[in-house]
Amino acid sequence: MATLQRSSVFKEPSRQTVRSRRGWGYRALSYAVLTILGLTMLIPFLWMISTSFKPLSEILIPRFMPIEPTLDNYRYVLTETELPRWYLNSIIVALISTISVAFFDSLAGYVFAKYRFPGKRIIFVVFLSSLMVPTEMLIIPWFIMSANPVVGGTWIDTYWGIAFPGVITAAGIFLMRQFMQGVPDELLDAARIDGVNEFGLFWRVAVPLSLPAIGALCIFNFLGNWNAFIWPLIITSQREMMTLPVGLQFFSTESGSDWHLIMTGASLSVVPLLIVVIIFQRYIIEGIALTGLKG
Amino acid sequence: MFNLTLARKKVIWAYIFLAIPIVFFAYFRIYPTIFAFQMSLYDWNPLAEEQEFVGTGNYEELFEDLGKERSATRKAFENTALYIIIGMPAQLLLALAIALMLNEIRFLSSFYRVLFFLPFVTSTIAIAWVFRILYERQGFINTMLEAFSLPTQPFLLSPNQALFSITAMVVWQGLGFAVIIFLAGLKQIPRIYYEAAEIDGATRWQSFWRITFPLLNPSIVYLVVLQSISFLRMFAPVYAMTVQGSGGPLNSTTTVVLRVVREAFDSNNYGYAATLTVVLFVIILVITVLQLRLTSRQID
Repeated sequence: MATLQRSSVFKEPSRQTVRSRRGWGYRALSYAVLTILGLTMLIPFLWMISTSFKPLSEILIPRFMPIEPTLDNYRYVLTETELPRWYLNSIIVALISTISVAFFDSLAGYVFAKYRFPGKRIIFVVFLSSLMVPTEMLIIPWFIMSANPVVGGTWIDTYWGIAFPGVITAAGIFLMRQFMQGVPDELLDAARIDGVNEFGLFWRVAVPLSLPAIGALCIFNFLGNWNAFIWPLIITSQREMMTLPVGLQFFSTESGSDWHLIMTGASLSVVPLLIVVIIFQRYIIEGIALTGLKG
Repeated sequence: MFNLTLARKKVIWAYIFLAIPIVFFAYFRIYPTIFAFQMSLYDWNPLAEEQEFVGTGNYEELFEDLGKERSATRKAFENTALYIIIGMPAQLLLALAIALMLNEIRFLSSFYRVLFFLPFVTSTIAIAWVFRILYERQGFINTMLEAFSLPTQPFLLSPNQALFSITAMVVWQGLGFAVIIFLAGLKQIPRIYYEAAEIDGATRWQSFWRITFPLLNPSIVYLVVLQSISFLRMFAPVYAMTVQGSGGPLNSTTTVVLRVVREAFDSNNYGYAATLTVVLFVIILVITVLQLRLTSRQID
C-alpha cells in the first residue's frame, strides 16, 4: 500500500564512506552558516513574543528581554477585543472545510481510482484543470453569487460563505486518487462478495487503508484554511464574523503604534499553531516532500 | 450476466458518489470562471440596474493604462514583475544553499529543518505585522544598524525601499517550502555517483555542477514555476505591510491582485477588475504550459 509513513523521504542513507573522507571544514562551515540563517528565522518570532510581554513604556527601549514583564497585554487582548471570537470563527471555518474535504476528496479520489464509467477521463481532467484558474479570478463572481445566492439569504458574513470555496479541492482529489489506487482490488472484491455495499467498500475498506494520506490532506487543508486571507477579507464585513487573519489585520490597523498589543495578537494567533506544527513536523514535512503540495 | 449487472451497478454508484463534487465544480469553479470572462466584456457595476456590454472596451482601457507613465495599473504590473525577478531567484538560491548545507550535516539536521520550515506555516498577516514593526524607524533592524554605527533606513516608508523590504519578508517566509522540495530532490540522487566522481578525482565544485545541478533540474523547474506563480498572485503581504493596505508609498509596492481588489471592492469597477484577473489567468496558463513542455521534454 502506498502510504505516507512507509515511503519515508528523509530516511538517512548511509553516506559514511563519502563523508568521512571529505574534510570536516565543509561541515563546520555548514553549521556556522546554518546557525546564522537559523537565527534569522527565529528572531522575528522571538521579538514578537518578547514584545508581547512588554508594557507600553518599554516598547521603544531597544532591549530584547522585557525589564518588567507583564501579562496585561494578554489580559487586554483576550477580554477587551474580539480576538477570542475570531479564534472561534477560524476554528469553525477550518473544521467545516477540513471535514468536508476529508470526506468528499477521498470519495471522489476513490471513485476515480477504482471505478470505470463513461466520462471518467473528461470529468477528471475538468476537475484538475480548475487548478489552473487562480482564486483571484473567482473572488468577484463568488462575491456576486454570495450576495444573491440560489438558496438561502445572503452568504456574506456567514460561516458557509467563508468556507464554501474550499469544501472540495481538486488537489486533494488528485492526491487521494493516487493513494486509493494502492488499495488492492482483490480486497474490495472479497468484501463485495461478502455482501458489503458500495459505500461500505469505500468507508470500511478504502478509507481505513488510506488514513495516513487522509491525515496529511487534513493537516494541509487545516493550515491552508487557517491562514487564508483574501476571500475571508472580502466575504466578511461584520467584525464578529471575521477570521483570525482578517481580524488581526483590522485590529493592528486600529492599534496603530501600540506595538505591544499587535505583537500580543500576533503571538496568540501564531504560537498555538506553531506548537502543533512542531509536534507533527516530521509528518507535515514528509507530506510536502512527497506531494509537492503548497499547503 | 452477473458481471454485466454488477458493472452497470458500479457505473450508477460512481455517478452517485461523484454527484456532489460534480455539482460543486460546475457551480463554484467552472461557472465563476466563465462569469469572470463574461464580466470582463461588460462595464460591470454591481450598483447599476443593467450591465452595459462594452466588448473589448475594458481590455483597450487596460492597454491604454499600461502605456501611461504614472497609472496605478502599469505600476502594479511593473511591481509584480519586480517581485518575481527579485524574489524568486533570491528564494531559490538561498533555499538551494540551505538544502545543500542541511544535506551535509547529520547532527541537529532535523532541528534546523524545522527552524527553516516554521515561517512557512505561520499566518502571513501575523508575520507581515511582525516585520512591519521590525522595520519601524525605531524598530529592531534600525536599532541593530545603529549599534553597528550604520545609517538607519526608512524601509517601508521609502518608495525606493518598500518593495525590497516586502520581498525580503516574503522570501523569508517561503524559504522553508523550497528547502523541503530541494532536500527531497537531493535525497533522490544516488550516492554512488558522488563516490564514483570522487574516485575519478572530481572536486566538490565539479560534483555540484556535473551531478547535483543537472539531476536537481526537475525540482528547480517545479519551484521556479510555483514560486513565480505565487509572487504573481501576491496580495496579503502588501495589504498588511502598507498603510491602509494601499500598496504605497506612491503605489511603489502595489500588485496586480491588490489592484483587482481595489478596483472591484472600493471602486465598484467589476468589469475592469475582472479584465485584470483574465490577464493574470492567461499569464499563469502560459507559465504552466511552458512548464509542461519543459518537463515532458526531459522525460523524452
